[in-house]
Amino acid sequence: MDFSFVLGQSITQALGVTAIIYCLAAMGLNLQFGYTGLLNFGQVAFAAIGAYSVGVIVISFGASLWAAIPIGLLASVALALILGIPTLRLRADYLAIVTIATSEIIRLLVRSIALRDTFGGANGINGKMGQAFHDLNPYHADIDLPFLTWTRQDLWVVTVGWTLIAIFTLATWLLVRSPWGRVVKGIREDENAVVSLGKNAYVYKMQALILGGLLGTVGGIVWAIAKQSVQPDNFVPDVTFFSYTILLLGGAARVFGPIVGAIIFWFLLVFVGEFLNQMIAAGWITFLLPTDVGPIRFILVGLGLMGLMIFRPQGIFGDKRELALDAR
Amino acid sequence: MPANGQRALEAQAVLAGVPRVPGAPKPDPILVASSIVRRFGGLSAVDVTHVEIQRGSITALIGPNGAGKTTFFNLLTGFDAPDEGTWSFNGRSMGKLSPYRVARLGMVRTFQLTKALNRLRVIDNMLLGAKGQRGEHLWASLLPFLWRGQEAKNTERADVLLKRFSLDAKRADFAGSLSGGQRKLLEMARALMSEPELIMLDEPMAGVNPALTQSLLQHIKMIREEGSTVLFVEHDMDMVHDISDWVIVMAQGQIIAEGPPGDVMKNPEVIDAYLGAHHEKALTESGQSLTTGDPT
Repeated sequence: MDFSFVLGQSITQALGVTAIIYCLAAMGLNLQFGYTGLLNFGQVAFAAIGAYSVGVIVISFGASLWAAIPIGLLASVALALILGIPTLRLRADYLAIVTIATSEIIRLLVRSIALRDTFGGANGINGKMGQAFHDLNPYHADIDLPFLTWTRQDLWVVTVGWTLIAIFTLATWLLVRSPWGRVVKGIREDENAVVSLGKNAYVYKMQALILGGLLGTVGGIVWAIAKQSVQPDNFVPDVTFFSYTILLLGGAARVFGPIVGAIIFWFLLVFVGEFLNQMIAAGWITFLLPTDVGPIRFILVGLGLMGLMIFRPQGIFGDKRELALDAR
Repeated sequence: MPANGQRALEAQAVLAGVPRVPGAPKPDPILVASSIVRRFGGLSAVDVTHVEIQRGSITALIGPNGAGKTTFFNLLTGFDAPDEGTWSFNGRSMGKLSPYRVARLGMVRTFQLTKALNRLRVIDNMLLGAKGQRGEHLWASLLPFLWRGQEAKNTERADVLLKRFSLDAKRADFAGSLSGGQRKLLEMARALMSEPELIMLDEPMAGVNPALTQSLLQHIKMIREEGSTVLFVEHDMDMVHDISDWVIVMAQGQIIAEGPPGDVMKNPEVIDAYLGAHHEKALTESGQSLTTGDPT
């Protein structure tokens, strides 16, 4: 059994494109849920908007990627407004219900037969939608270090992806330690108290919903560019739930929570999967088939996360004292 | 206990000439409300014909449980909308105004169930109260040099208030770790951060131990001495007697009596409202009877 292969795969995936996409989605949830207390259960809808904007505009309409990105971001703001205007005046639960429903509506819409010419139905959109981005690739060779193997294309996406994450993390840090951050954290604790001090809570909640959604949309854009393909069934509610898992794993309302959460989550998932695969291939495990590995790794990682929630409920970066106050 | 200050004497002198009838006009009202009605189904929770609050005074709004005091508060501050009625603050009509706008105009309230922001530090709770903060705008918040100066000034002011309310030792603690009484103090101090013209306290003394109650009363008197107007809800008549310049009594949604505390507590209608037919029973927790034999 090749343990260094397992480790190499795990590290590559933990720092790779998928981790970046989920990290961006979780950063959005951190602003919405971690700091403002908004329960957005439809983060995947914002990612789908980003990915499909690239796919539809570049492949279906034949326009430039550089036009698709700003249009995708605008569409994301529009979605946040549509979701927020009716629900943000209501209790937090309503946003949760509406967002999860919306994310499914969007997925079913883009996979519908009626709109197949635009969205490609169940097959999605395939084609070199990220070419304009890959044309700018400054790298000339693939990378093949002992524990890190990326193609030239992936290396470029990863470079830009982590740079974006660094910039957005800095912006989040500036936001949450400013008076703006104080107001949204106040809204998370008690909206009426903040309103009674003369703050328009509705506007702050809308801003947080839009900003968090935009981060999810950037994740979706990265998805389309990196994978050069968007399929409706990539955008199932599981994406949202994994993003929440990542957020809670790293620690909600912590600036670095989503980064650490995403890296650990993908490391564990790939490590457990590859480890089981190797054990089966080496004949050490005989009661499992290779096809069982997919579901079983989720079971094992899920158990691990349950353990984390029981023994360290505040996540890796969280402050236990702060969490204890929540129970009051 | 220190004697009442200059403002107290002024307020009491001005109010001395006001007739002791429900809806009595005041010489210089900061808040005027007329024909306010709020119905919950068939029940009229609030049905106030007319009421005025004198500027610079401490006015107590008292009444038995379920009299509609808190509902009336919610209506005046925009947290609930009345079915009918108009009211004005500083001469400005306040109907249909969102609660945050009401607060910005200088009419700031606290809540019966204290709303300390648990996972915010005490100092951050205080800073949240400050008005007109540049750093609360999304774009400006990213550029600290735009708001740092203002933040430092607000912090200075917050620290002065925390000291006054004896919370300075708790400055860096989470508000959730404070005791119930300290939370009441924090909520009041936080409301003062916005320099309100009218501060509306919903049962500021509820659930506070007697020692802290005395200090709370002193703080409320201080607010008046600094020129603000105080309107507070209370159902314990003892508290009211000590600090208020004027008392308004609500029962079953209506204002049934008004006057200086001494007069109101002798008013047979008030005694009826509080005690029903059992006039002989003591009215206050301390056992001091406010009824003097036959109330008529």
